[in-house]
Amino acid sequence: MIAVRNVAKQFVLHTQGGAVLPVMAGASLTVQAGECVGLTGASGAGKSTLMRMIWGNYRIDGGSILVAGVELAGAEPRSVIALRRGTLGYVSQFLRVVPRVPTLDVVAEPLLALGIDPAAARGRAAKLLARLNIPDRLWTLSPTTFSGGEQQRINIARGFIHAWPVMLLDEPTASLDAANRAVVLDLILEAKARGAAILGIFHDEGARAAVCDRVVDVTGFSVLR
Amino acid sequence: MSDTPLLSVQDITKTYGARIGCTGVSFDLWPGEVMGIVGESGSGKSTLLGCMAGHLAPDSGRVVFDTRDSGPRDVLAMREPERRMLGRTDWAYVHQNPRDGLRMGVSAGGNVGERLMAVGARHYGQIREAASDWLQRVEIDTGRVDDKPRQFSGGMQQRLQIARNLVTGPRLVFMDEPTGGLDVSVQARLLDLLRGLVRQMGLSAVIVTHDLAVVRLLADRLMVMKDGRVIEQGLTDQVLDDPQHAYTQLLVSSVLQV
Repeated sequence: MIAVRNVAKQFVLHTQGGAVLPVMAGASLTVQAGECVGLTGASGAGKSTLMRMIWGNYRIDGGSILVAGVELAGAEPRSVIALRRGTLGYVSQFLRVVPRVPTLDVVAEPLLALGIDPAAARGRAAKLLARLNIPDRLWTLSPTTFSGGEQQRINIARGFIHAWPVMLLDEPTASLDAANRAVVLDLILEAKARGAAILGIFHDEGARAAVCDRVVDVTGFSVLR
Repeated sequence: MSDTPLLSVQDITKTYGARIGCTGVSFDLWPGEVMGIVGESGSGKSTLLGCMAGHLAPDSGRVVFDTRDSGPRDVLAMREPERRMLGRTDWAYVHQNPRDGLRMGVSAGGNVGERLMAVGARHYGQIREAASDWLQRVEIDTGRVDDKPRQFSGGMQQRLQIARNLVTGPRLVFMDEPTGGLDVSVQARLLDLLRGLVRQMGLSAVIVTHDLAVVRLLADRLMVMKDGRVIEQGLTDQVLDDPQHAYTQLLVSSVLQV
């Protein structure tokens, strides 16, 4: 479901005299349906960079990335938009939302974009929020003022509300307590069981061992050594 | 995915004497897409919007719109009455200043109803009902249907302008700094409203703004303009997170963090 072949990435820093910074070359990996693959490597080795190229917010400067058969290198915006709507899900470390929108609607939004009835979408959002131990008195409030751990769980609820066939998880268990960490690991295992292809970054070794079928060390792709 | 763009802008150039307004601008907008255009004052973004919406006559280029009745047509080659009809039905234009898009001496209900009457609605009861319905959708208390826009706050006026524009069920909306001049708290509410309407109505939109936070939340795609030219375009988060052009990098790195 994810096929990364010989991918290269560089940054040109125009604000710093046009310095060219090659960061990655020859990156290759695959993730099959029903499989969870963990990215490993030291900070700065390029785990997030690789993940962002698969999500499409970093440009691919060489090679090919196929997600569910769609080529992302040089892709038209509209094919990436369509891919993200129904096929490719992403749990990022940052919650970016319109201020003042209630948590329940923030979580339900991906389903509304798919044309699902608002009441049904909010119902599914409520179930996930309850499962992730977000007290229901918070559901009508905007998550912008929530704690880091609460915002993280809102992101996870958004990321798991639809059965995306391909999922990217960037540190999904960071800043969570033991009980919530267990809920998230269960959600990941359930997504695998339904056949999702999952690529994740887990600094938490226990979490990685619990959900990953194998790991790919990105150090070999880095050209910053 | 559709094979026909809703709007195809081809090589638009507009000069003011020796000065370039915008030049060589081309893009396709697909059904349901929201495109943001950013750039500093004087970058040509408003000139471009004016050329697309028919408020300005470009020196050269084509603006091809996929009409309901006869498929893709060059809007610039249409006769004036035809273009005006398009402006009242399938197109909408939201001005930065609601005073430019509203009739300040006409009631709120009248402002919304007027656009319906312009496309042939005659039944008073139905017009009033549609107006009330739209006031609710943009979160204006229907008890204020007979009040004049000048009695409204800036945020309410902007929502009324949106209701007036969307009541005829357009397919394409042009917006010029729709959240400019509003308090940030009012801006947030308007952004949420616009996002919901775009999704529910399957609207396509072109939004001109200088606010990168607004485009990140509202636009699928982004075009960056400088000195009348498009210097970079692509997926909104790709342009903002991995800008390629020197000017875009400067723009992104100049945003103040709160």
